[in-house]
Amino acid sequence: MSTNINLPPQLEVIDRPLDTQMTISMGPQHPSTHGVLRVELVLDGEMVVKATPDIGYLHTGMEKLFEYKKYQQGIVITDRMDYLNPLGNNLAYVMAAEKLLAIEIPERAQTIRVLFCELQRIASHLVWLGTHALDIGAMTVFFYCFREREKILNLIEAASGGRLTPSYFRIGGLMMDLPAGFESRVKQFLDGFPSALKDFQKLLTGNRIFQKRTQNVGRISGPDAIDWGLSGPCLRGSGVQLDIRRANPYTGYEKYDFEIPIEHDGDVWARYLVRLSEMKESQKIVTQALSRLRPGPVKADAPKVVLPDREAMKQHMDALIHHFLIVAEGFDVPAGEVYHPIEASKGELGVYIRSTGGPKPSRVHFRGPSFVNLSALPDLAQGAMIADIVAIIGSLDIVLGEIDR
Amino acid sequence: MSIITDVIQSTKAIIQGMGVTLSYIPKRKWTVQYPEEPVTVQPRYRGQHLLHVDENGKEKCVACFLCAAACPSECIYIIAKDDPRSPAERTGVDERFAEVYNIDYGRCIFCGYCVEACPKDAITHGYNFELSVYNRADLLKTKTDLLITTQLQSKNYRVAFSDEDVDSEYKEV
Repeated sequence: MSTNINLPPQLEVIDRPLDTQMTISMGPQHPSTHGVLRVELVLDGEMVVKATPDIGYLHTGMEKLFEYKKYQQGIVITDRMDYLNPLGNNLAYVMAAEKLLAIEIPERAQTIRVLFCELQRIASHLVWLGTHALDIGAMTVFFYCFREREKILNLIEAASGGRLTPSYFRIGGLMMDLPAGFESRVKQFLDGFPSALKDFQKLLTGNRIFQKRTQNVGRISGPDAIDWGLSGPCLRGSGVQLDIRRANPYTGYEKYDFEIPIEHDGDVWARYLVRLSEMKESQKIVTQALSRLRPGPVKADAPKVVLPDREAMKQHMDALIHHFLIVAEGFDVPAGEVYHPIEASKGELGVYIRSTGGPKPSRVHFRGPSFVNLSALPDLAQGAMIADIVAIIGSLDIVLGEIDR
Repeated sequence: MSIITDVIQSTKAIIQGMGVTLSYIPKRKWTVQYPEEPVTVQPRYRGQHLLHVDENGKEKCVACFLCAAACPSECIYIIAKDDPRSPAERTGVDERFAEVYNIDYGRCIFCGYCVEACPKDAITHGYNFELSVYNRADLLKTKTDLLITTQLQSKNYRVAFSDEDVDSEYKEV
């Protein structure tokens, strides 16, 4: 036990001798820390005096790995960072690379990207909702959430072939066009989704037990949230209306009509309500994206960057040469540096790429929303009860794959 | 709020929640009883690789190493060989072929880059996903394990028709 613990100002009333305090380690095997997160808790009775997150148990050196892979090979690494939102990660990375290459993406590819990103956002929020409710003690929601997520994963599997690691977006467009009959399948999912949402609300929103566990827990004010650098639903739960899809639109989000839900309480309950409303908004965007789908190319007209059409590759010599060159040697990206932020399901996901020319980046860095949001945990947890720690960690919606990278 | 109202409201919440749960009992089930029942995979599903042969039973692979170059996890190992015999005498292979074609499934990430890279459509992703082994060395699959003519297929999957909808995975009670 350390002896020089600084009591936070709001806890000065508990003027107890230090030997009533105890340091315990929560995690890294604790099931409610959503991965291998260890939180060092200094407790006074049941009250948390200090919480220090300890990360790095899942460090895989992904950012360094980018420097040894060609630009197109980097896409598969991004899948594995925030594994609940792989298509969002794909999008951030390919859009940053496209910014450097100055490629124009065809309309259809952009619409499909929006469609998948929003489906993935729903899937990510569903996992959050299920596990968050499970942490707090409501088990049923977990199964229903995973059933809905399964439908989205099937859609992603139908288009890309992968369920958890789709790598569907490529630099300059998409891996391939949508399969036949895809639109009707998405419609089918959208038809069933509102009733599932209604079930979640019946199980949780009106549930007094859930309300008592979440209301007035882990409060953070709007200015504080900005100071901590929170983004995404955590920031909007504190009454700050900031969404990159609206503030700095990309992939044509400016053409879609959607609301940015905000709540003003800044507690776990507010963040729950924001995410639930966000799922409804995402559903609206998916519906609009479906109606915007027009036939057309899904790959940009950049023969030195984008793999040629398979039929063209088998018939035309120049296409075959480009195919061999892109696969074997990669493509040259002009020197320069670029930062591209997108609104991932957890907040602002930014990709920084520095290129010195050549087929491999010289540095890739990710601004992971989970990492920044977790940094506010000490502030949120101060003065909370130990039982509320799981609720607070759950409400931040962290994925350790993205935090440790 | 008093304890009594809390107790009443909590009880109400539990009853309401149980109502939702009970309403699901007569509905269709989503759970698949794998492995008693096959799992449905989508046509584009990326499973264990298949090395294809052409209509004459000849291996399509010409050992151009493009799949190995495209692979982000560097799991493909090829040794190329030239067959000097005349086309009439050759059986089963092309003029240039892969003498050794290994995929290390301990490294493979099933990204599909090798399939995209192959100019001859010689390698594709099959649907086999049951790849667990007792010995780590067994994860290294050789050409015999990969060739479409010799690969052992699991009975535990079913490929959805390309226009089949999501709900095909629902099964009636």
